[in-house]
Amino acid sequence: MLKGNNLWFRYGNRQPWVVEDRSLVVAPGEVLGLIAPSGYGKTTLGKLLAGYLLPAKGTVTIEGRSLPKKGYCPVQLVFQNPELSVNSRWRVRQLLQEGCPPDPAYLEALGIHPGWLSRYPHELSGGELQRIAIARILNPSTQYLIADEMTAMLDANTQALIWQAVLSFTAKQQVGLVAISHDASLLQKLCDRTLMLADGPSSTAL
Amino acid sequence: MLSISNLGITFTQYDQGLRRKQLTVITDLDLDVQAGEVVAVVGASGSGKSLLAHALLGILPENAAISGTMNFQGETLTLERCRSLRGRTIALIPQSIGYLDPLMRVGSQVQRVAQLAGCSKAEAKASANRTFARYDLPEDVGDRYPFQLSGGMARRVLVSTAVVTQAQLVIADEPTPGLHPDVVKETLSHLRELATEGRGVILITHDIEAALQIADRVAVFYAGTTVEIAAAQDFSSDNLRHPYTQALWRSLPQNEFVPVPGNQPSPEQLPTGCLFSDRCSWVSEICNAERPQLRKVREGWVRCVHAEG
Repeated sequence: MLKGNNLWFRYGNRQPWVVEDRSLVVAPGEVLGLIAPSGYGKTTLGKLLAGYLLPAKGTVTIEGRSLPKKGYCPVQLVFQNPELSVNSRWRVRQLLQEGCPPDPAYLEALGIHPGWLSRYPHELSGGELQRIAIARILNPSTQYLIADEMTAMLDANTQALIWQAVLSFTAKQQVGLVAISHDASLLQKLCDRTLMLADGPSSTAL
Repeated sequence: MLSISNLGITFTQYDQGLRRKQLTVITDLDLDVQAGEVVAVVGASGSGKSLLAHALLGILPENAAISGTMNFQGETLTLERCRSLRGRTIALIPQSIGYLDPLMRVGSQVQRVAQLAGCSKAEAKASANRTFARYDLPEDVGDRYPFQLSGGMARRVLVSTAVVTQAQLVIADEPTPGLHPDVVKETLSHLRELATEGRGVILITHDIEAALQIADRVAVFYAGTTVEIAAAQDFSSDNLRHPYTQALWRSLPQNEFVPVPGNQPSPEQLPTGCLFSDRCSWVSEICNAERPQLRKVREGWVRCVHAEG
């Protein structure tokens, strides 16, 4: 289980709380949707769960233990804008090797063209680069995946193509997935259950 | 008002040393826009949507060569004419506040746009104020810098930059991704209003749902070519003509969410026949022989030999 227990977070001591006493549990192999208006701290919550930010109060645990401080993080986060999550001076081949060498079958499933491997990130379109960012985390070390508006900038066909590959990976490896999106019909198609973040600590299940 | 036929864009690149190669990124692109209508241009990234906007504004890089014809208000759009019309008669609503000057107050920026379009300083100031009032932007917003705006305000400021110019043709490039549904709706309704006032609006987007909310017609681009031009209601009434458009519609999460596998062909390896042939379930020998022509089927336009009336 990936558990966020009573998480609190703010970006400065005098700033308002962005994440206020939120708790959430994802089981291995489960797909959880997270939906809320902008400004409700969805992205911040995702960053807390993946260890990008440390909570002011509360804990994040996997199977009862806290996230490792070194090495490959078992909770991986994919952002909306892939150009911000890759080193712009590395070629795609090197980017793919950064964490764990990817399984060629997933490269194929994501529609990654072998010709892209020798290019730099700026020589790929946004949709092409997002596939690279996703291919990097489809490996056995990933136990939980946070997808923050992962396909918001893509056309409908590419979106469906990418989710098909990701869902087959999470089902096969029993990876727990948190999908953050403002697209209710997308979450309805993807998720086992969906949380609607509301004012205050409680969240309602849809 | 605007009619584009068989537009092609070719880039000349240096390959190795002084050897040059030609890269054709747009082939046979067609589009027409009437005054008072919203035409949405949808397609995957790399399908040529933004290049079309760049061609209309005359801001393609110097190594680009254009073929085909572009007509605007009855006259050919040459590069010189693009230059003199842009910012006055043809305006762009850019994608994000990244296109504004980060060190200049937004009120002054909108005013400057009006001045560049030919208003006197006083007129420009009045026009900027009027436009801000029209979009419910409080007076103090004009004194803010771009980073101080919320997502919704930023969209309204960007729309203002096009409105103060009195442009006849407005091009909105991806105005909605990653925005909250309410802001999306508001932005789209502003674009619709511009068309109701008699302007022509081109809405460039990958979001079919957003496009269908306000567009009269939808042009679908694939690998740099127009594969279909359909009325907006053709989508929900199962009246689509091209297999790619049908696939795009089926792949929406609220429909079947089933993708067609594969990729758009890269400009370096375009097939000699139909550009969609390698992913199409209707493919036959005739498709691989030559590029299909755009033809009229059921009151719309389609570039497929198998589409039936």
